[in-house]
Amino acid sequence: MSHPEDEVRVVSPSSVCGAGFSEASFERALSLKPHFIGCDGGSTDPGPNYLGTGKTVFTRAAIKRDLRLMLLGARRNNIPLLIGTAGTAGGKANLDGVYEILQEIAEEEGLSFRLALIHSEQDKEFLKAKFRDGRIVPLKPAPHFDEAVIDRSAHIVGMMGAEPFQKALDAGADVVLAGRASDTAIFASFAMRAGIPPAVAWHAAKILECGAAAVTQRKTPDCMFAWMRKDHFVVEAMDPELRCTPQSIASHALYENADPFRLVECSGTLDLTHARYEQVSDVAVKVTDSAFEHAETYTVKLEGAELVGYQSVLIGSVRDPYIIRQIDDWLARLRVKIDARVQQVLSAKGVAADYTLNVRVYGKNGTMGSLEPVDQIASHEICLLFEATAPSQDLANTIGSIIRHQALHLPIPEWSGLITSIACPYSYLERGAVYRFNVNHVVQPTDPYEMFPMDIVEIDGTRQRRSVA
Amino acid sequence: MTTLAELARLIRSKNAGPFQLTFDIMFDEVAQYERARDSGAFTREHMADLFHQPPADVDIYFCEHARAVKISMPRPCSQGDLEDSDSHGGQQYAPLMDIEIA
Repeated sequence: MSHPEDEVRVVSPSSVCGAGFSEASFERALSLKPHFIGCDGGSTDPGPNYLGTGKTVFTRAAIKRDLRLMLLGARRNNIPLLIGTAGTAGGKANLDGVYEILQEIAEEEGLSFRLALIHSEQDKEFLKAKFRDGRIVPLKPAPHFDEAVIDRSAHIVGMMGAEPFQKALDAGADVVLAGRASDTAIFASFAMRAGIPPAVAWHAAKILECGAAAVTQRKTPDCMFAWMRKDHFVVEAMDPELRCTPQSIASHALYENADPFRLVECSGTLDLTHARYEQVSDVAVKVTDSAFEHAETYTVKLEGAELVGYQSVLIGSVRDPYIIRQIDDWLARLRVKIDARVQQVLSAKGVAADYTLNVRVYGKNGTMGSLEPVDQIASHEICLLFEATAPSQDLANTIGSIIRHQALHLPIPEWSGLITSIACPYSYLERGAVYRFNVNHVVQPTDPYEMFPMDIVEIDGTRQRRSVA
Repeated sequence: MTTLAELARLIRSKNAGPFQLTFDIMFDEVAQYERARDSGAFTREHMADLFHQPPADVDIYFCEHARAVKISMPRPCSQGDLEDSDSHGGQQYAPLMDIEIA
């Protein structure tokens, strides 16, 4: 497939589907006749719980608002809409949730289109076989990984490259809804399929995947537009008040990325060492001389989450300067008291006291923990956050209630008599299940598709609407 | 002498995936960037010392076009783990602000 002007135009409406964008910016982008719309739908940023539970970090209403505008824009202009990392984490439950929203919108708007659903959740037996074949290798730094880790995982997803998106487009998909995908693959896939060289496609994709983030002063998530050609691309934000400069675009390669010059994808490495950035209007930047090295071995990054336990948390604060000046010692004594009471209660229940107590001291080192270089504090108040993690919510709640009561009345030598030593705005809170990321490895698959099965679904919103009516 | 916070337009930290932490120090002017780059402050040893990491695990990059210095290292603990206090890694840069730049 080629475009008559040898140019591929694309709009990335937002940094994440559900974070929002301006309708005026999006309409302006559509007036520039993009060949496709691409949007990332997730991130590991919000933490491991979204992969663990299958929930989304943005609410259903927020995702639906963005998805509706994108879907209407795509169908009105008869251009593909590509969504990657559906529902924050891209696992089966995350993908299913966004698929359901998409069906609802189609029904409400009377839209019909061919949908490709690309799955990224990995079968545990498949991964074990790959592990036994030595086809799962660690990145740096990586936690320990073996078959037991696979078994313990709630969900493991593979991060797909450009090829599964291209396969969906080959199958005539109007809308591609993908599980976990490299943010850049969403944009590079279409462009490369249309003949744009990989270096241009992947570099433009790296700028596009965060929407209009690569501007001098970002206001809110919004639309970024790119014109990709054989030897360069041009980017411009769609809000006329936003400005791209060579520095703002060059800087974006640094964002959330360990190495600013070499960005690793499934199929190779984007090399920005010699990239050149040029201001071509007040607000647009032209980029040339990016390079792409094809990898000898195709690799797919894994992300996994395993259950750590269930948590109860207690938030409290201390204002008494006597307690603040001995806070470390006071907390050490409190731990002993809490543990003694937990043992007492649980041994009576015949349950092993298997729990973790973590205390964060805000006003001292709550943000940086042991890395905090300041050791003398002058705070007139400090906030304490207690976290009890246990194998069941019931046990975590038992410990939460003990923490509250023990912290409330722990004495200090300066006062005699019964003191009330902590201010709590409310009692302990149930935080529910907590997960941890447990994989930082890549799989060497047989081909780019075997880990990402695709379903083609003909969505007929008109028929559904009639049947509803 | 000046501090890095006075010289830079932006000092920030962020996760680079759930297992790595990265710091970006950005400058408005080429001269400010070059002054920082050539100051000798950005050594693996110095950064490793500030963030309690083995020097071999610290990478430092000088980015001409972005007028930026970038430092990457493993996260002290993985993102979202029980001891993690900063899921996005966004508030870990404060120790860089006070670095004296010749």
